[in-house]
Amino acid sequence: MGALQSLPGHPEYADLAEKTGFSFEQISILHKRFKQLSHNEQTLRRDHFNEIPDLSCNPIRSQIIEAFFDQRNFHQNSEGKVQEIGFEEFLVVMSHFRPPSLHMTDDQRESVRKEKLRFLFNMHDTDNDGTITLEEYRHVVEELLSHSGALGKDTAKSIADAAMLEVASISMGHMEPDEFYEGITFEHFLKLLSTFEIESRMNIRFLNMDTTTLCK
Amino acid sequence: MTSVLSFFFFCSPMRHLSLLSYRCHYSRPSPSPSTLLLLLLLPSTKPPRKGVAGNGTGNVTHKKAFPVLSLDYHHIQTPFEISLWVLLASLMKLGFHLIPRLSGIVPESCLLIVVGLMVGGLIKLAGEEVPPVLDSQFFFLCLLPPIILDAGYFLPIRPFMENLGTILIFAVIGTLWNAFFIGGLLYAVCQIQPANPSNLHQLELLPCLLFGSIVSAVDPVAVLAVFEEIHINELLHILVFGESLLNDAVTVVLYHLFEEFSEVGTVTVLDCVLGIISFLVVACGGVLVGAIYGILAAFTSRFTSHTRVIEPLFVFVYSYMAYLSAEMFHLSGIMALIACGAVMRPYVEANISHKSHTTIKYFLKMWSSVSETLIFIFLGVATVDGKHDWNWTFVTVTVILCLVARVIGVVGLTYMINKFRIVKLTTKDQFIIAYGGLRGAIAFSLGFLLKKELFPLREMFLTAIITVIFFTVFVQGMTIKPLVELLAVKKKQEAKRSINEEIHTQFLDHLLTGIEDICGHYGHHHWKDKLNRFNKKYVKKCLIAGERSKEPQLIAFYHKLEMKQAIELVESGGGVKMPSAMPSTVSMQNIQPKKPPLAKPVERALPQLPKGREEEIRKILRSNLQRTRQRLRSYNRHTLVADPYEDGLGDLLIKKQKMIELEKKIKDMNNYLTVPAAPPDSPTMCRARLASDPQAYHTKSVSDSVPAIQVDLASPQSPDSVNMMDEFRRAGQQQQQQEDQGLTMRPPSRPGEAGGARDPQKLTRCLSDPGPSADEEEDEPFLP
Repeated sequence: MGALQSLPGHPEYADLAEKTGFSFEQISILHKRFKQLSHNEQTLRRDHFNEIPDLSCNPIRSQIIEAFFDQRNFHQNSEGKVQEIGFEEFLVVMSHFRPPSLHMTDDQRESVRKEKLRFLFNMHDTDNDGTITLEEYRHVVEELLSHSGALGKDTAKSIADAAMLEVASISMGHMEPDEFYEGITFEHFLKLLSTFEIESRMNIRFLNMDTTTLCK
Repeated sequence: MTSVLSFFFFCSPMRHLSLLSYRCHYSRPSPSPSTLLLLLLLPSTKPPRKGVAGNGTGNVTHKKAFPVLSLDYHHIQTPFEISLWVLLASLMKLGFHLIPRLSGIVPESCLLIVVGLMVGGLIKLAGEEVPPVLDSQFFFLCLLPPIILDAGYFLPIRPFMENLGTILIFAVIGTLWNAFFIGGLLYAVCQIQPANPSNLHQLELLPCLLFGSIVSAVDPVAVLAVFEEIHINELLHILVFGESLLNDAVTVVLYHLFEEFSEVGTVTVLDCVLGIISFLVVACGGVLVGAIYGILAAFTSRFTSHTRVIEPLFVFVYSYMAYLSAEMFHLSGIMALIACGAVMRPYVEANISHKSHTTIKYFLKMWSSVSETLIFIFLGVATVDGKHDWNWTFVTVTVILCLVARVIGVVGLTYMINKFRIVKLTTKDQFIIAYGGLRGAIAFSLGFLLKKELFPLREMFLTAIITVIFFTVFVQGMTIKPLVELLAVKKKQEAKRSINEEIHTQFLDHLLTGIEDICGHYGHHHWKDKLNRFNKKYVKKCLIAGERSKEPQLIAFYHKLEMKQAIELVESGGGVKMPSAMPSTVSMQNIQPKKPPLAKPVERALPQLPKGREEEIRKILRSNLQRTRQRLRSYNRHTLVADPYEDGLGDLLIKKQKMIELEKKIKDMNNYLTVPAAPPDSPTMCRARLASDPQAYHTKSVSDSVPAIQVDLASPQSPDSVNMMDEFRRAGQQQQQQEDQGLTMRPPSRPGEAGGARDPQKLTRCLSDPGPSADEEEDEPFLP
């Protein structure tokens, strides 16, 4: 990271490397994949994602795909969804999964944590209002259990309710019976997953990929 | 002993009428308590009967009196001694924990070795022969398996698999490095011995290497004993512990290899190649044998729904047989045992009852605890007993080399490993890993097995091994705790697994798999996901009985959580006290979004129960109770006062406290309800109790002013259910669709499903909820 070797023919990688923290190698591999997915077009659309066969049996597929088109993940301080994304946005979304480097100060580690948790939060908070309401959380759990049929639907509600109750208890402590807990804000979300060690779990090994051999 | 008895005979006036038997077959002197016993018994002998006294004086053969009380030690000698040892071990364990300060400073293993030393010393002082307690046969076949099974069965699979590469590298390459380094350097040192005419010069390379391989293996028993007390974080624990388990294969191969070569004397390249192949065979073969037995055990447990009592037996016997079968082929028994335990656990736990699960857990813990204690005591005893050959050079060089080799090995390997790890190992981690490489009884037993003819310096080896063991256990064992504090190494997180974390773990798994698929990268997560899907589709159907085979992990986790909270609630004794996980006053009503009020206007702050509701509730309750009566088929020996069918005190407690809660709420409610206050026992309840129905105390009875959630603990098919009725009922309900109500406000069951209704176990999460009637829409929360 930061090494100024430029790959021949791709001076724009320097820019992207600066922005996302990927190395040139990683960027070129991801670019190849991008071109593969988009059939050599300049932008990706949702149906390109839908063509990936492995993704079809993933229970939270739609949420993952939506995350790619969510402007909040582009680090551009805008909101809302877009219909198609370019390579830069693709890379920025992918950069959320970059493993943290070995020597990081506590501040850096904290900011990496926050970034990753923000990504997760955005995935849950589908209506962009800054809180995860009970309905949205129920939706999350339902999606997770969507492969279990009717069994899943009923328990999903109870599980979501229990989880929400837990969040409320942790965050609010004491509430009067007529007070109402609006939803999980980002601070509560941070507090909730404070022991989750997300900076070591939410990572993909980007370097060891050789995507050209896989024609998916 | 014989002399004492003959003394009695001499003293007693009527020899032939002695009430003590003279069948004294003593092969070895028995301990003095029996002497005392005899002394006590003698004065109680009655004076002789005159009748027989008049026999012929010179006649030696007279009629022997029938021995009323006799002493035959030999008959029970072996089991008696074994029991004495076990009793001693357990009493020692008990004693240590009664002295609080001691157990904080000194790890238990050290204390036990000291006790062993004392006992060995005592036996030697008494002039008796110290029993060869650490006989290798006994050790490997009886003492070691329980510990390993306990470790394997409760092995945390997730961190183990995530770090498998690292663990394997440490176990295989690390142990090899250690063995060759120590063996080679020892040989060099022995050769360069100056004019000192010690017998070290006789030491050849191969015995040195053999010694190196014995002493280099990190011992799982010692690691467990010490690491358990320092509560280190999960990653380090699994790294050191996993290494100690997996290096068994390496040790076995190296040991046999060098032993064979020592007989022959020379090594060829072919032998080395065969050695490598042998390693693969030993390791993979061990795992395969274990996995096969594990699957057999899982399959057997599928059919045990009618014979719950012997369920734990299957687990133990299959595992032990896996160990023995592996040992039979000289494969790695430890790896077989680990594989067996790890493979069978998810399926067996889904099949067996809650009580069996508890039984297995406690038996394993008990056996492994006793085994471990015995091993350390025997180490002490064997130290006192053995013929030692102390050679300053050899021993000190060994100890130093062990430390040095370990440090170099760990540092070097970590440097390589960190290139491939996402979560790198820091220097602190490396230090703990290096420092935690303790040697233990396995090394000693392996040394014990050496044949004297082939290894003339066997005693020297044993002395050195014991010294190394003592050094690591005492010095490293005692200082690791303060060092962990000093270096501020991350400790194990005591926080309970919350449902949120579980949800996000699952979510993250799927997310990462999805991202990998998008990247086109067949990585870690992709294969894990594929394995999970394969497992779900085929294996689970085969090995798990009934409906549980379809239960996703999140739901299983949720059930377990509820169960735990229920048990906590009962144990905390209070009905009104909140479960410890949620020390707040937040209840469901705080979370539910506000909905437009129902027909009845709400006048007060607290939501009320509309009049019509009460009738509906009573209707539900009645139908509930009827259905419950139908369900009762089991006979229960624990008959409590009012409930002949009551399943157990636990249930009664839960119900009783809910009753108390209920009454409290009713009293509160009486101030608010517009309907006339119901008596503490609603008519339905009275009727119910008259019919001596256990559901008399069913919480779904009275209407309540403060609605909340009732958490449904156990679905009929959930083996986590504490209710015995479940288990009997389950056989008849295999076809029924599992329906879990959990926190929803729906009625416990729909009228159409007889028997599919709720189990009487209900835990009020916050405050009890009467539940809406059957003919309402399910999604509407019961809040005005």
